[in-house]
Amino acid sequence: MAADTMSTVASIITQTLVYSTPLVFTALGGTFSERGGIVNVGLEGIMVMGAFSSVVFNITYAGVFGVWTPWIALLVGGIVGMIFSLLHAVATINLRADHIISGTVINLMAPALSIFLVKVLYGKGQTDQVPQTFGYWEIPGLSKIPVIGPLLFEKTSAPAFVAILVSIIAWFVIYKTRFGLRLRSVGENPQAADTLGINVYGMKYAGVLISGFLGGIGGAVFAQTIAGRFAVTTISGQGFISMAAMIFGKWNPLGAMGAALFFGFAQNLSIVGDSIPFISSIPKVYLQSAPYALTIIVLVLFLGKATGPKAGGKTYIKSK
Amino acid sequence: MSNFKFSKMNGILVPILSVIMGFVLGAIIMLIFGYNPVQGYQAMLTTAFQSPKSIGEIFVTAGPLIFTALGFSVASAAGFFNIGLSGQALAGWVASIWVGLSMGDSPRLIALTAAILAGVIAGALTAAIPGLLRAYFGTSEVIVTIMMNYILLYTSTHIVNNVIPQKFISTKGTTKLVGANVSLRTEFLTSISNGSRLNLGIIFALIFLILIWFLMKKTTLGYEITAVGLNPFASEYAGMSSKRIIVLSMVISGALAGMGGVVYGLGTFGNFFVQGNSLSIGFDGMAVSLLGGGSSIGILLSALLFSILKLGGQGMPILAGVPTELVDVVIASIIFFVGISYLIKLILTKLETKKDTKASKVEGGKA
Repeated sequence: MAADTMSTVASIITQTLVYSTPLVFTALGGTFSERGGIVNVGLEGIMVMGAFSSVVFNITYAGVFGVWTPWIALLVGGIVGMIFSLLHAVATINLRADHIISGTVINLMAPALSIFLVKVLYGKGQTDQVPQTFGYWEIPGLSKIPVIGPLLFEKTSAPAFVAILVSIIAWFVIYKTRFGLRLRSVGENPQAADTLGINVYGMKYAGVLISGFLGGIGGAVFAQTIAGRFAVTTISGQGFISMAAMIFGKWNPLGAMGAALFFGFAQNLSIVGDSIPFISSIPKVYLQSAPYALTIIVLVLFLGKATGPKAGGKTYIKSK
Repeated sequence: MSNFKFSKMNGILVPILSVIMGFVLGAIIMLIFGYNPVQGYQAMLTTAFQSPKSIGEIFVTAGPLIFTALGFSVASAAGFFNIGLSGQALAGWVASIWVGLSMGDSPRLIALTAAILAGVIAGALTAAIPGLLRAYFGTSEVIVTIMMNYILLYTSTHIVNNVIPQKFISTKGTTKLVGANVSLRTEFLTSISNGSRLNLGIIFALIFLILIWFLMKKTTLGYEITAVGLNPFASEYAGMSSKRIIVLSMVISGALAGMGGVVYGLGTFGNFFVQGNSLSIGFDGMAVSLLGGGSSIGILLSALLFSILKLGGQGMPILAGVPTELVDVVIASIIFFVGISYLIKLILTKLETKKDTKASKVEGGKA
């Protein structure tokens, strides 16, 4: 009996981690972009490109790289996401485009472009299953710890631990390094930052490109752990949930990670809920809507007008 | 000719150039992947204009788009980004079908009015939530409307699967067709368009293009909405209640988006079926409004252009082997170019000054 409960809890934890990981990466990406003052509604589209490119890489090169394929595909997804985010960067930073319009274009463009390419490459509307997925990992050593070992480390998701590690690094970068201080100053008061000799445009580019890289990784993780292939519906809302996680976490990497873990848990519940006695009695619609409704409630109750970086969403025009 | 100024023409030139550049980008992509762009675009035009029926379908597609675009433009005049058009249209679609099915054989005037009102009210209510939250709590309407899109998507599925009386359901996830008493289709419109789904939706859309133009340009409310959009603090100082305007503009915006859903439901399809994703008329409507520069005539023209692109695009795989998705790439690029209109204006201004200096040089030479 106890062993049963234990394995149920362990599986809930693992699944929560699996569903959270893409959100953690993407929410961290959003944090970097918005800390530099560029609102990034396009995270969803960036995830689509990351998912698409990682799946194509996985299918093409699985024979060459074997079990390492998903990990390399992760980097490929990140790089493609970064290149794609360049569009948003150029439009908002140099060409004074409205951040929301540009982000929406990213979201409109990504599914169209990726499905176009899937049709060109494979002659059909969706790809096959990827040959290599992340699967479940046993973390050597840690899995031997009593209670915690079997719960967290015996049959778990390796990318999740990478995501948590990246969150800690992101926190360190944003709050403890010169780069982070400059990025934040650009998001808060670009004029002042400029006066101090900080390259405002350069920092903004860095923020958006990092968001593209991490968002692409987020999409790649989702495609290679949960979806297993790429279709137009593969990424449906995860980018927006990540954005919500970033806001929920008050633009702090660790907060964003915590919120993403929570949203992952909520998403996971709506999917596996049927097999858990108490939860299966709740109509699915509530579980599905929960992360979105909670975001609204949290925004209203806890954030109110205290929104993100002060100069977020505004175009900085360097006066000559 | 030397008096011609690009800058005076920006309002028209920017969208036209954006459309041209979008098509050029589409052509470049076709060339890269070994398709013939001339064949591709020819396939698009042939498909869109092949018969009276296909021309009728252009107006069928344009109807809901005009409504969602009008919805977007009213909210953005007040300074709001209503990204929730998809959800609001969806609410309008479900509500109008539900009420329409419940009306049985009631007289057409009563039944149709009730079904339309249900959809409009559903759209207005779902948009009022982000409006109220923004007005009283300062919550970002961008986030709230995006979140509401998903909540409404799941709610609509739930309603159709679990709430609507079973007698209205045809197969799981799909309702029965509404009766002729609540349909927006008429025998006359069907017959002139050779059996297309042409319906009263486009007529309503044209009426509302004029009504909204009148509301925004000729009424106090329209003036207040624009004033709040330009500067909420100044308008508050001038005695307008910006909170009231915020909520009102969102309600009008949602009502229009809801009407888009009504036209989609009672006109285009006649029933509701469970959606897997946010309604495309929401995001396309936003794009139509941006391209149309928020003006009525602009919205009409760009809605027709989008319909031609969308419908014509369906013929591209068959006639030219080009995947339909290319059309969406072209649409997204058009909006991108509208978004970076600063660049276009910059180039136009550069061209203009170049021309001016050239002209003055020539004149100088003469003298």
